[in-house]
Amino acid sequence: MKEFAYQRASGISEALRLAAGNDDVRYLGGGTNLVDLMKAGVESPTRLVDVRFLPLDGIRQVPGGGLEIGATTTNSDLAAHPEVRRRYPALSQAVLAGASGQLRNMATVAGNLLQRTRCSYFADPSQPCNKRAPGSGCSAIAGAHHNHAVLSWSPHCVATNPSDMAVALAAFDAVVRYETLDGAGDIPLEEFYLPVGDTPERETALPPGALITAVRLPESAISPLSRYRKVRERASYAFATVSIAADLDIRDGVVRSSRIALGGVASRPWRARTAESLLLDGPATADRFRTAAEAELAAAEPLPGNAYKVTLARNLIVAVLTDLAASPY
Amino acid sequence: MTNDTRSVISLRVNDATHRLCLDNRRTLLDALREDTGHTGPKKGCDHGQCGACTVLLDGRRVLSCLTLAVTAEGAEVTTVEGLAGDGELRPIQQAFVRLDGFQCGYCTSGQLCSAVGMLAEHAAGWPSAVTADLCPDGPAPALDAAEVRERMSGNLCRCGAYPSIVRAILEEAR
Repeated sequence: MKEFAYQRASGISEALRLAAGNDDVRYLGGGTNLVDLMKAGVESPTRLVDVRFLPLDGIRQVPGGGLEIGATTTNSDLAAHPEVRRRYPALSQAVLAGASGQLRNMATVAGNLLQRTRCSYFADPSQPCNKRAPGSGCSAIAGAHHNHAVLSWSPHCVATNPSDMAVALAAFDAVVRYETLDGAGDIPLEEFYLPVGDTPERETALPPGALITAVRLPESAISPLSRYRKVRERASYAFATVSIAADLDIRDGVVRSSRIALGGVASRPWRARTAESLLLDGPATADRFRTAAEAELAAAEPLPGNAYKVTLARNLIVAVLTDLAASPY
Repeated sequence: MTNDTRSVISLRVNDATHRLCLDNRRTLLDALREDTGHTGPKKGCDHGQCGACTVLLDGRRVLSCLTLAVTAEGAEVTTVEGLAGDGELRPIQQAFVRLDGFQCGYCTSGQLCSAVGMLAEHAAGWPSAVTADLCPDGPAPALDAAEVRERMSGNLCRCGAYPSIVRAILEEAR
């Protein structure tokens, strides 16, 4: 690990000033990913600005009916919050499906959004990786990629976003709020993660030096029965191979609206807009769910080692929508 | 090394205060083991994957290997050495001994601190990934073997003492 300076920011504006104009400064939240990447030599900041003591924790109701989740709220507190469990159960389930009890006690909401891919080549500075060392090449495309992306990847990078939480946030149309020295801004979660293109090292639409202050959830969801399901290679404490956050509004057997987002399939949480529009105003049957899932995944371009994810994603969409359709309202 | 990369901190461990001048790179795990003499927390993977370094920070279980020591200033750290009071083991420790909740013992201090934190989380009504009904208005989830396994999944035991660990925790929870 390289030497670094450490400071606890006493206010948001101080944090922003400490980070301004210096690409080698990192904000420190729970540190569960950043500290590990620093140990590996993937990250080598010259200064850490600790933001966990800023008044950015807590979850509150906002006018209009939504919830605002402070940036430094821990994953544990988010998942256990009564209003989240009551109104956005898929979000609570997604957070509980990630990491371990210890890590959830440390990790923050903003840090969760900004965590880096778990691609093993990214984590190993002895290997080429365009995300870590732009221009050095992608080792995964011709290498170990069984857990990599099947949608919207590029010849420059095939890594996935590892967050469970972000998948549920994508389904719920969450908005990321941030501050800069030039003022505050909002980014819808669906636009928060940039397309891979030929710049996989540029991951988010945040302006340089921006500090995430909160994530806002719009007034609930379509039903109180949303759910998150995660398929992984062991029963607990593992990243998703494929996961799904979904919510359905069915009246008289007809789909009035739906929200579907997939994890583990792309460099960002994948909002399944094609499937959602195909389901709209149609009968809530397993056949229709399957047709919609297949249409969504028609754009998939699997590699030799991860084609299983396309079948898995299709089956997961059908299974979860079928379960939701059978749930009593 | 410049002064900028070191910090003078007061670290509270098991109700005692330690004044330390630390390289900012020092993890809480290394500070405990090397600087304050608390060798209970163990270095297993050093990457947040095994749970052997688990300690309580203001009562919540965390991984000391991924916690920078400098960030723990102002917090109360509890290691396995601080679990027992007045020379007598805590009931959870006694249950591990009685029911053989370990073999080699390397993961045990992390298992114990994690179990103490986990039982507090459960008592506070926190759900887990295997809790069937997340609705906060119903009864708190009962702590059964499946709940214990899920909630303790961040603590690996390479000897495979899991059945006895689960039994010991369930006995303590009763």
